[in-house]
Amino acid sequence: MMGRFRQADWDEPLIFELSRPGRVGFTPPKAEPEVSDAAGEIEELVPQNMLRREPPRLPEVSEVMVLRHYIHLSQMNYGVNSGAFYPLGSCTMKYNPVINEVLASNPGLTELHPEQDESTVQGVLEMMYQLKQWLLEITGMDDGTLQPAAGAHGEFLGCLLIRAYHEDRGEIDVRREIIVPDSAHGTNPASAMMAGFRVVEIPSREDGCVDLEALRSVVGEHTAGMMLTNPNTLGIFESDIVEIASIIHDAGGLMYYDGANLNAILGRCRPGDMGFDIVHLNLHKTFSTPHGGGGPGSGPVLVKDFLSDFLPVPTVERGEEGYYLSYDRPKTIGKIHGYYGNVNPMLKAYAYILSMGPEGLREAAEISVLNANYIARKLMKVRGITLPRAPERPRKHEAVLSASEMERETGVRTLNIAKALLDRGLHAPTIYFPLIVPEALMIEPTETEPLEALEAFIEAVKEISELAYTKPEKVLSAPRNTAVGRLDEAKAAHPRTLCLSWRMYRERFGGD
Amino acid sequence: MEGLHMPHPYIPNSVAEIKEKMMEEMGIKSIEDLYADIPVEVRFKRELKVPGPYPEQEVKRRVESLLGRNKRLRCPPFLGGGVWPHYVPAVVDEVVSRAEFLTSYTPYQPEITQGMLQTLFEYQSLICELTGMEVANSSMYDWATALGEAARMAGRLTRRSTILVPYLMSPNRLAVLRTYTEPVEMKVTQIDYDEATGLIDLEDLKEKINGETAAVYVENPSYLGFVEENVDAISEVAHDAGALLIVGVDPISLGLLRPPGDYGADIVVGEGQPLGNHMNFGGPLLGIFACRGDQRMIRQMPGRIIGMTTTVDGSERGFVMTLQTREQHIRRERATSNICTNQALCAVAAAVYLSLLGPNGLRELAELITSRAHYAMRRIGELTGVRAPIFSSYHFKEFTVSFEKSVEEVNRGLLARGIHGGKSLIEEFPELGETALYCVTELHSKEDIDLLVSALEEVLE
Repeated sequence: MMGRFRQADWDEPLIFELSRPGRVGFTPPKAEPEVSDAAGEIEELVPQNMLRREPPRLPEVSEVMVLRHYIHLSQMNYGVNSGAFYPLGSCTMKYNPVINEVLASNPGLTELHPEQDESTVQGVLEMMYQLKQWLLEITGMDDGTLQPAAGAHGEFLGCLLIRAYHEDRGEIDVRREIIVPDSAHGTNPASAMMAGFRVVEIPSREDGCVDLEALRSVVGEHTAGMMLTNPNTLGIFESDIVEIASIIHDAGGLMYYDGANLNAILGRCRPGDMGFDIVHLNLHKTFSTPHGGGGPGSGPVLVKDFLSDFLPVPTVERGEEGYYLSYDRPKTIGKIHGYYGNVNPMLKAYAYILSMGPEGLREAAEISVLNANYIARKLMKVRGITLPRAPERPRKHEAVLSASEMERETGVRTLNIAKALLDRGLHAPTIYFPLIVPEALMIEPTETEPLEALEAFIEAVKEISELAYTKPEKVLSAPRNTAVGRLDEAKAAHPRTLCLSWRMYRERFGGD
Repeated sequence: MEGLHMPHPYIPNSVAEIKEKMMEEMGIKSIEDLYADIPVEVRFKRELKVPGPYPEQEVKRRVESLLGRNKRLRCPPFLGGGVWPHYVPAVVDEVVSRAEFLTSYTPYQPEITQGMLQTLFEYQSLICELTGMEVANSSMYDWATALGEAARMAGRLTRRSTILVPYLMSPNRLAVLRTYTEPVEMKVTQIDYDEATGLIDLEDLKEKINGETAAVYVENPSYLGFVEENVDAISEVAHDAGALLIVGVDPISLGLLRPPGDYGADIVVGEGQPLGNHMNFGGPLLGIFACRGDQRMIRQMPGRIIGMTTTVDGSERGFVMTLQTREQHIRRERATSNICTNQALCAVAAAVYLSLLGPNGLRELAELITSRAHYAMRRIGELTGVRAPIFSSYHFKEFTVSFEKSVEEVNRGLLARGIHGGKSLIEEFPELGETALYCVTELHSKEDIDLLVSALEEVLE
């Protein structure tokens, strides 16, 4: 296997280095003579002190060169639809259906301006309305908004809702604390901070679940709420969820569901039935919309009835004359996005739900869990790899293994395993997260991977383990088959060598 | 039609024999074994009430028929304000639909995602050239949230708590700014405008600025389309008071207008949608975020930043996400922001777009838009019962039009003729009366503008 994969390596210059004076890759139309005559000289239409005297130093490149440059760069990248396996834990890198891309490039969506008259956008409003209804059904919630542009944006909104709720009850001055487990996604504490809360972190039990005693010892009159993902970041279902929710509710706090791990339980259980008051979803995870190398995502937030009044405006509603944008929420927290959120991905999620239906969604959850447990059980038998924290308990959509033993015995660390996987044409799992597992490998295969891909991954880890115990230098020197070898991250961040733009490069290191 | 009569095309292991083989190897009898630890009382016992499953061609039929319910207009809407109709070159769409870019996650493993990292580094670099700044991040959600983050960053840097903003700024962005600043007890104060020109009232600015002012924010061009030409004076007032200057831009205008870095901006935000991104009913958008290159500022920046480096052996250039100790996954509740997923693919589009146009293409485009907007302004202003624009300032691609009739009535008449008029400002700025905000870009040909003008003539009769 090793040695067969070779990523494209074009040794591609920066676009600036391809520049030749006079070249251009796109020409806008020329103003019609009547237009220029009526408008007059450009210099007369701009205040003299505001005219740009020096053109921006953008590259001058012809169309074919721009196209090839970026196609070359795309070939030096790795996607779930173009690669072989992308088990990035917590990210749910499932197949991004091509039909959804085709549908979402329809000019009937792409060319709509957000301020268009409602009578001209009934189709898109209906899509948003329906999607919200379906998401409410899937999560067991009562009302919601599609406005957040990403999961963390949804978390921020969720925390603002918690804030608004306590403010409305006159308790916000006291209820300053959001509780998060030490296994939580980093966005949870960061979002709570953004919304002005203090973060109280509680340790997890040996089995990785919430320690009820620890929880009881921190809840009280200062508790504003708790943020939790279930299944948790170890892939383990929090079986005490009902009790956790009642501890928080009894103390007057609210329960927030981080939907990053929803894929495992679609159609099998719902956050709304577990006692959660606020839920965010990641359409770019659970609902198959592509992540675009970092975004755009979409992070709808769904709530129980009693929080409905606080939702951001506008929301899409259905009236007698059709669908409309409603601003009628007197207690609204306001707006968290310039418009209505990332509508284009919403359409892809809409199409995805149509493709899956109730059985398909449930099947997706079940096979994602089957795949994750299959990998976990096979990998825990690999030398140097363990499944810490309640190995007897089934995992859900993901499993967190540890390479601690291998590190101790051979010096090969999780990072090295990750790089050696890249060499085999497989994307690495999420590594060194959650923080409660040393040398963590967080593996989420998703339901869209065939058994063959799971086996190839398992084989690759076995092979890497064997090498680690026999010729560790072969693992330590990885990756070699990717576009570049190991990169110097310390140099990238060091004040003396920091280079964040071409302009900074020119100023610091000369050139051009 | 309904029901899964075959294994689902998206789920390879849903084939019964494969499932059984896997379970057998794992020593379990049924999938239920894997869900046994879910307490009975929270199990979902019925079927979800969602439509489907439908085969691909049925999904296509349904979605296309749904989108068919959106009304077709005879020419692009004359709407702007934060999202604008612009032409997207074919090469841009080609690049962003490449599966290697489109279907990748955040580049956590840099060696296998150099393509995305280099492209985002180029995006950051292009934004720096355009805005005259030294550093840019690799994207925020949109202009409004970029502004919210900029205000908070200014608060952290100055340890002050007030942001001064123009009265005539975008109400949408103002609402988001308030949402972002309220939790950290920052105050947003509006500065009056000059009634004749619409420009920021310098006297009022001087009166309101004080030792609590973290930043002064200006939009250039302004929300209502005019060029805020007193920026040098504003910059001086802000800096003399120890406050930062935050400038919000429409990047297309920078082909023609002076870059904010030139007049002392400390942070530049803006909307990158015009740079090769479709309007998509308002999202995804592209929040531009750039700042000066001093280390103190850089360390307070929100969002992902891509840096240039080399391989460990020093032999090759490469790119990585850097300064990650600012970010949520490392710093958790002490992070500069919670942002994780951003708008990377929109930044890719912007990089391709700016590379295609280059300095000359962008200048041509900005000039064309200015000419067309002025042509439209002149023609509309000649109609009886109409004033365009209402402010005696220089305008770029948007301008105000005031009517004797109600804007609502005018727009209804236009829509009946297949034309979408400007955005009514009656709710946002009632003191401006029956006024609408019109936008003209390269997508509005002379014929489109003439069509608008003759339709207006009919409607106003």
